Amino acid sequence: MTLYERRKMKNRIALAASGVAALIGLFWLLAILGTLVVNGVSALSFELFTESTPPPGSAGGLLNAMFGSLVMSVFGIVIGTPVGILAGTYLAEYGKSNALASLIRFINDVLLSAPSIIIGLFVYELMVVPMGHFSAWAGTVALALIVIPVVLRTTEDMLNLVPDSLREAAAGLGAPKWQVVSHVVYRAARSGIVTGILLSIARVSGETAPLLFTALNNQFWSANMNAPMANLPVVIFTYALSPYEDWRRLAWGGALLITVTILVLNIAARLLTSRSSVRQ
Amino acid sequence: MDRPSEAQGSAATQFRGISLASPRATDPAALTEKISIKNLEFFYGSHKTLKDISLSIYDRRVTAFIGPSGCGKSTLLRVLNRMYDLYPGQRAAGTVLLDGQDILSPKQDINLLRARIGMVFQRPTPFPMSIFDNVAFGMRLYERLSQSEIDGRVEEALKGAALWNEVKEKLNQSGLSLSGGQQQRLCIARAIAVRPSVLLLDEPASALDPISTAKIEELIDSLQSQYTIAIVTHNMQQAARVSDFTAFLLMGELVEFSRTEDIFTKPADPRTEAYVTGRFG
Repeated sequence: MTLYERRKMKNRIALAASGVAALIGLFWLLAILGTLVVNGVSALSFELFTESTPPPGSAGGLLNAMFGSLVMSVFGIVIGTPVGILAGTYLAEYGKSNALASLIRFINDVLLSAPSIIIGLFVYELMVVPMGHFSAWAGTVALALIVIPVVLRTTEDMLNLVPDSLREAAAGLGAPKWQVVSHVVYRAARSGIVTGILLSIARVSGETAPLLFTALNNQFWSANMNAPMANLPVVIFTYALSPYEDWRRLAWGGALLITVTILVLNIAARLLTSRSSVRQ
Repeated sequence: MDRPSEAQGSAATQFRGISLASPRATDPAALTEKISIKNLEFFYGSHKTLKDISLSIYDRRVTAFIGPSGCGKSTLLRVLNRMYDLYPGQRAAGTVLLDGQDILSPKQDINLLRARIGMVFQRPTPFPMSIFDNVAFGMRLYERLSQSEIDGRVEEALKGAALWNEVKEKLNQSGLSLSGGQQQRLCIARAIAVRPSVLLLDEPASALDPISTAKIEELIDSLQSQYTIAIVTHNMQQAARVSDFTAFLLMGELVEFSRTEDIFTKPADPRTEAYVTGRFG
């Protein structure tokens, strides 16, 4: 066998191996999605969106859980996003590589990869124990704590992609630093930052562990932020493990809803980045 | 069109194939000093990149900084609006007087200084906003203007930058939708909209095609009656075409500063002669 033939052979082996690996990965992904769609679609019904979670053996829906998930996610985003954006701005525009910025960056990276159950336990100790009961506010805070590191990191990365020439151009007109950042740099990085926020929404909408320790669950319709509140992830967790057939079907329905939401958010984020990423 | 060659003062001088700008009055005694640089030194960290520079930039004249890459010509320009202040570790020592006031003084308000000294960069830097907002950006910072005043100033600035006819129908489009040459003229419009007295141009045409370059040079010619202009260029023909005075820098030192005509026709220093005749650089 000539050297050239051996090289072609190696190439074929490498191609085959990576192709098979890709197929294995894709197979499980499709299997999960397929199971989810098959089971989830059969659970979809009008009542799913109009009625609250039922006691075992009777009909019901997931209205209270959807409402709870929506409310806690929205409040979590509303609290977490400004903190994340401002902290990311500090790192990229002001702190850069000073000691405080490096420390924040390091801690943020740890927080970014920390298991979310730890966030749940932390908020449990911080809010649930002193208040004496589970509450939607505690759930909101836990979700906000998950939003912050994601938004902070994307904001910093996106601001770093904005070329210094743009900052110089704005400063050259006499704009003070805060106006350079707020009028020009944010604008240039806007779609990237929005993408980060969308991805953090996708992340929190499926978080279970932090809510299990904080908002817990509520069988009934409740809009009281000081009381336990139903939410999709914990309902799925509880119902999927129950012995009741109708509860398990509701869990499938909820799982499909979350997956579709995350899919839509991811596609939106992708469209935003490709349409106009950071412009020079 | 033939230029009259007998009338001193309006003749375009040809020298070694380089056409020089039609001479304006360039007798330093008859001119006002706009910026006076004395014993300027500049440091990147501990590395000294400008050594004991002293020269004058005259009111409503074009002064070109030429020299090979890394000679410090851009650094010198960036001292004049203290752009280097954005970066820690860079500092200037010496005196730079603008209308008699030391702009290197710590008491100098940098943002006000930059509003008086406009700057245009090598690569066009339109802001990610509409053409109109690009031009209006600077004037909105320091002046309280009515909408009609802003409209008027934007039009005036775009006309001044010879861009109005190309963009008047699409002022709401993004500044990024323009061609490179148009973007650069937009940046010039943005700079003159603030009504600065000095314009700093850092190789404003080096990223542009020849036609856009010619437009920028024509523009510089028309702006010099109102503004004091300092231009950095690595293109000697360009320096010869647009400037009244030329400073030749080499490795951080000012080798020669003189009337452009003299730099190109009878340089005093052999290094200047070697550079302008293309023997190095």
